[in-house]
Amino acid sequence: MDTNPQDGGVLERPAEDRKAAVRDGRPQSIKTSRDSQQGGLYAEHFKVYPKAISGPFRTIKWVVLALCLAVYYTVPWLRWDRGPGAPNQAVLIDLAAPRAYFLGIEIWPQEVYYITGLLVLGAVGLFLVTSLAGRVWCGYACPQTVWTDLFMAVERWIEGDRGARIRLDRQPLTQEKVLRKTAKHAAWLAIALATGGAWVLYFDDAPTAFKALVTGHATTREYFFVGLFTATTYILAGWAREQVCTYMCPWPRFQSAMLDVHSLVVTYEAWRGERRGPHKAGTSWEGRGDCIDCGQCIAVCPTGIDIRDGQQLECIGCGLCIDSCNDIMAKVGRPPNLIRFDTLANQEAKSTGSDHRYRLLRPRVVIYALVLVAVAGVMLTALETRSTMAISVLRDRAPLFVTLSDGSVRNGYTVKVINKRRGEGAYDLAILGQPGATLAVQDVGEAHGTDGVALPVHGDAVATFRVFISLPRTALVRDGGPKASIPLVFSLTEEGAAPAHTTFYEGVFMGPGAKP
Amino acid sequence: MSTNIEKDAHTGRETTGHEWDGIKELNTPLPKWWLYTFYACIAFALGYTVLYPAWPSLHSHTKGVLGWTQRDTVKSALDAREQTLAPVKAKLLATPIGDVEKDPELRSYVQAAGHIAFAENCAACHGAGGAGGKGFPNLADDDWLWGGTPEQILQTVTYGVRNANENSRVSDMPRFGADGLLTKEQINDVAEYVLSLSGTGTDKAAAGRGTAIFADNCAACHGEKGEGNPDVGAPRLNDAIWLYGGDKATVVQTITYARRGSMPAWSERLDPATVKLLAAYVHSLGGGK
Repeated sequence: MDTNPQDGGVLERPAEDRKAAVRDGRPQSIKTSRDSQQGGLYAEHFKVYPKAISGPFRTIKWVVLALCLAVYYTVPWLRWDRGPGAPNQAVLIDLAAPRAYFLGIEIWPQEVYYITGLLVLGAVGLFLVTSLAGRVWCGYACPQTVWTDLFMAVERWIEGDRGARIRLDRQPLTQEKVLRKTAKHAAWLAIALATGGAWVLYFDDAPTAFKALVTGHATTREYFFVGLFTATTYILAGWAREQVCTYMCPWPRFQSAMLDVHSLVVTYEAWRGERRGPHKAGTSWEGRGDCIDCGQCIAVCPTGIDIRDGQQLECIGCGLCIDSCNDIMAKVGRPPNLIRFDTLANQEAKSTGSDHRYRLLRPRVVIYALVLVAVAGVMLTALETRSTMAISVLRDRAPLFVTLSDGSVRNGYTVKVINKRRGEGAYDLAILGQPGATLAVQDVGEAHGTDGVALPVHGDAVATFRVFISLPRTALVRDGGPKASIPLVFSLTEEGAAPAHTTFYEGVFMGPGAKP
Repeated sequence: MSTNIEKDAHTGRETTGHEWDGIKELNTPLPKWWLYTFYACIAFALGYTVLYPAWPSLHSHTKGVLGWTQRDTVKSALDAREQTLAPVKAKLLATPIGDVEKDPELRSYVQAAGHIAFAENCAACHGAGGAGGKGFPNLADDDWLWGGTPEQILQTVTYGVRNANENSRVSDMPRFGADGLLTKEQINDVAEYVLSLSGTGTDKAAAGRGTAIFADNCAACHGEKGEGNPDVGAPRLNDAIWLYGGDKATVVQTITYARRGSMPAWSERLDPATVKLLAAYVHSLGGGK
């Protein structure tokens, strides 16, 4: 290990590295997180002190941040009238019921494939956006980025900007330092508590749950989850920050599979930036690059890297370095966008002076878009044709069949009928094509032949029935001999529904077969 | 540790010093906090082994400072279940057995708890789901030795059949052949008659001769037409259900040596609530009258 322990966030460079830094002209006052990864098996902690910056990309980041937080904190409070007896929360995951509500959509546990579909849409959408515009999700919309950004804003407000924070960390424990640090962590914890508190509101009626939480009447489980998400928010957004992106998140590891040379990424125009070096006002720009090596791109970077080193795992594509560099370029009177969102192919073409155009439509983009449309189409169709009733039949395995006194054979079944409507429903259960059948539903009724038995099912409920079906021995004779098993079709018709709605279940009926 | 650590010219980063067929690996050091997390996990594990049962010894194991055992957990879970079920058990005991199935709460309790109690106590002989077997009545069919009403089933489960309990259901079929009450020929003839009652006989002449023998010896219990009598546990003989088998050899054997199946008095082994639960469950299996 030849790096020294952290000292106010600025690492002493190993001698070898320092020479290299001088050689390629990087100012020694600005270190990157990469510097902490030199030598040894374990990297010292490198504290990033991102500097405040303003500009178009910072503005977009603020807007997205405000939008994301607004959605997160307000959605549980939105109401949606579903009629009496149903929750009136627009977005609710009721784990006890168990039902999930999203505006007019209600999802039962067995319809969890809608959630799978949403996750597939999310993943493919991410692939599509990444292949077009790189890691904009990471840089702008990821919760880790949003909350980290929020925590950094609070930190900046209480402790000051980059330089002030470095100085504060360096100075001995004074009253001011204690005050500022305490204030910062208190503010962080308050935000974290609000985050954890809002999380549980998605799983219960928000006004009721909020009242219970505040007055101390919520369940231990709710307090546990509030505590859990308070702790994770505080740790991840306050302490771990870019460590989450660099070491914990799997996305940076395989995003390179979605990127190609035509994807927009944050790039440094090395062809006009180099040779970099300090520039004295009024001197000529001949024979040198536009980069004055001020290190501002590193200073504002939330992950503490040097974008001029090229594409790297740690870059979350937020574009704050672009804002900072454009400020400098304007000041020194050079063309803007030395650092810019561009494609690698375009940069290659620019560096050689050849023509290049953006290629948006590439096979991968088309494929991701098609998959996105296809999955969305399947989901919409599934939602549109969603059945409001369902039948599930489970045949008894013990006994397989029962011989009755008159020699006929009886099978037992457990029939479950699902009524997804809000009101009471009656469903006519019948056996198709067995004139000799006797259908007996325990505690409900009995029918013969192809007549049905009306099964009452409460609204928004699953009802279970014990059903016994008896067939004469002759019904089991097929192709000249008694069979051990014959197919049996159940039909379930919703009474009073217009248009008539019938669903079928293909089951089996078992008997002794050829045995006497 | 390798000593060939060098600086990679392309990235400016150090290699690990390992080399495989000319391929070198860049050193990407693990962050220190990750290492400390690992140490914290070790500390947690050590603390866990002190607090909870962990280390085995030759004949036992360390008990842990907290004194936690899985048995206590199970016991408290069982106690909690008992407490939850206490009201429904009380309701079951207070409800006449004939009305149990009319109550939705009791019905679902019988289905759920009865299934388990049946598997624990009855399935060994009567089979899973009451499928029965040779000599052990099928409890899901519509044929009952001692009656299939809820009251009759409760009586049978409570006091059992042919056991030492003073209220046990008792009846003795004579050993017609072994005790010399009937000759072999008479047994053959009456067996043919019995089989003819359910339409499976083959020797009409023998069945004809057996009619009178049946009326003299069997009809008192089994009924004139072999319709059986649940008061004395005499099986119905004119149906398709046979407890020991409906082929002629088995019927002859049954008449010669008689059958005396028995069942324990479950009130001697189980609490009244479970006995009633089992009776209601058996009645619900499909054959209850």
